[in-house]
Amino acid sequence: MKRALTSIIFFAILIGIWQFAASSGKFSQVMFPPPSNVAEYLWQAITDGTLGSATLVTVKRLLIGYLAGLILGIPLGLFTAKFKVFQDTVGVLALGMQALPSVCWVPLALGWFGQTEAAMLFVVVMGTLWSVIIATSDGVRSMPPIYLRAAKTMGSSGLHSWVRVILPASLPYLVGGMKQGWAFAWRSLMAAEIFVTILTGFGLGQLLHYGRELHAMDQVMAVMIVLIVIGLLADKLLFAPWERFLHRRWGTGTLK
Amino acid sequence: MSIEHELKNVAPERIEVDRISKSFTTKHHVVSALDSISLKISEGEFVCLVGPSGCGKSTLLNIIAGLEQPDSGSVLANGEPVDAPGRDRMVMFQEHALFPWLDVMGNVMFGLKLKPGLNDRERLEVAEYYLHLVGLEKFHHSNIHELSGGMKQRVALARALAPNPRVLLMDEPFAALDALTREQLYGDIQKIWEARRKTIIFVTHNVREAACLGDRVILFSPNPGRIRKEFAVTLPRPRDINSVELAHYSTEITAALKGFTAGVGREASE
Ligand SMILES: Nc1ncnc2c1ncn2[C@@H]1O[C@H](COP(=O)(O)OP(=O)(O)O)[C@@H](O)[C@H]1O
Ligand SMILES: [Mg+2]
Repeated sequence: MKRALTSIIFFAILIGIWQFAASSGKFSQVMFPPPSNVAEYLWQAITDGTLGSATLVTVKRLLIGYLAGLILGIPLGLFTAKFKVFQDTVGVLALGMQALPSVCWVPLALGWFGQTEAAMLFVVVMGTLWSVIIATSDGVRSMPPIYLRAAKTMGSSGLHSWVRVILPASLPYLVGGMKQGWAFAWRSLMAAEIFVTILTGFGLGQLLHYGRELHAMDQVMAVMIVLIVIGLLADKLLFAPWERFLHRRWGTGTLK
Repeated sequence: MSIEHELKNVAPERIEVDRISKSFTTKHHVVSALDSISLKISEGEFVCLVGPSGCGKSTLLNIIAGLEQPDSGSVLANGEPVDAPGRDRMVMFQEHALFPWLDVMGNVMFGLKLKPGLNDRERLEVAEYYLHLVGLEKFHHSNIHELSGGMKQRVALARALAPNPRVLLMDEPFAALDALTREQLYGDIQKIWEARRKTIIFVTHNVREAACLGDRVILFSPNPGRIRKEFAVTLPRPRDINSVELAHYSTEITAALKGFTAGVGREASE
């Protein structure tokens, strides 16, 4: 309770300073709008539906691309850990690709897919995939072999041991990798949306871009706030439950 | 299948180890972990394998479990050759090997869920029965990391017992525990053995523990791993680890152990 109060006071002061500085007349109201203008824009964008539909477009792209990245990345990561062929091919590729900032996929995506949804998805998948592959394979390789031996004596083999032993045993690493993949996907999607105007959907990144074109910094700032909120919500909804589970079961305080 | 049927004692198994050899090749040399070991263990017998570390006890247990293959020789369980793990032979490892992503009940249910012929409600009842047997009926939903070392081994024991195996293979299950906890477990394991009638092969490097638990104590020596001597322990049960009669046996066994390990040292220096 006391800590929540500390945070609230901190942010209230921050917004107060911002309001004061912006309305002091020293800066252009267009380039450095006060929080009240930002709030006004937010309210208007919420009520006329702009913000809602842009958020929907962005979140949909993100979730679809991210899920695709997981569905591809987790099995590839498992294979990479278990089969030398995959380790020497996919594993090496993933290490290399992970070193590449995921924004760098944007020009290629545009070249290959043009101004389409596919380009957006491609960028998100590329942002997610490699770190998920690496985290999964690291997780599997660091699993104590005794788990598999114990499972074997109880009659577990094949698919059962993959799903019921190897995967859950690697969970602490997996969640770490999924979080990292999410962060990369989120960043690269924003880059793509800011760079690319797509007729099939107008996302938050595009809203940000047009804010700049129109010199409407209140719009830019409002969208940034929405982006922060989405990031925080994702953490709470997607990852916090897993982390609580890990914390409870493994008894670990902090995760990798 | 009914739960009464499932919980009924199954006939313990006879294990025959016939001229098993196994060596490991490391970077620099070849280690002969087991050198033509033969051993007959009859139905329901409690046999302890004793020897200094590195004499192939774990390797032998793993081969009997079907987790490893011998270079030559064979293992027969009730006359059937063993070449893979089977639900008739369950293993308890020194490191409890419990799954941290499952709670206590989940761990005991793991093997049961893989056993056909039972529905989920029956499985749950079976698991409850064994958790009660090892004295953990109040800890169904505890997480593994919350348990003490002794409790973890009790869960591991319940997990190994749950599929109702005919043989229990135990690899130094109490080695990492403190003396007091161990003593409790000596009593419990003897009671459970009486109640559930299993063949037990128990590996340890603790001579007293072996004399306390085993009908027979089999001594191994390393490099290459061989059986050197056998002792039959005829004391009545339940046995107390601190009894004078037991001390008698353990002195005798320790002397034998020292005799041939000293011998090995001499051979090596010659
Ligand atoms: N997987 C392995 N690779 C190489 N050497 C091994 C392996 N497993 C066991 N050994 C060697 O075989 C010998 C017997 O090991 P082990 O059966 O574990 O002995 P014990 O259980 O009696 O201590 C030891 O010298 C050990 O180093
Ligand atoms: Mg051993």
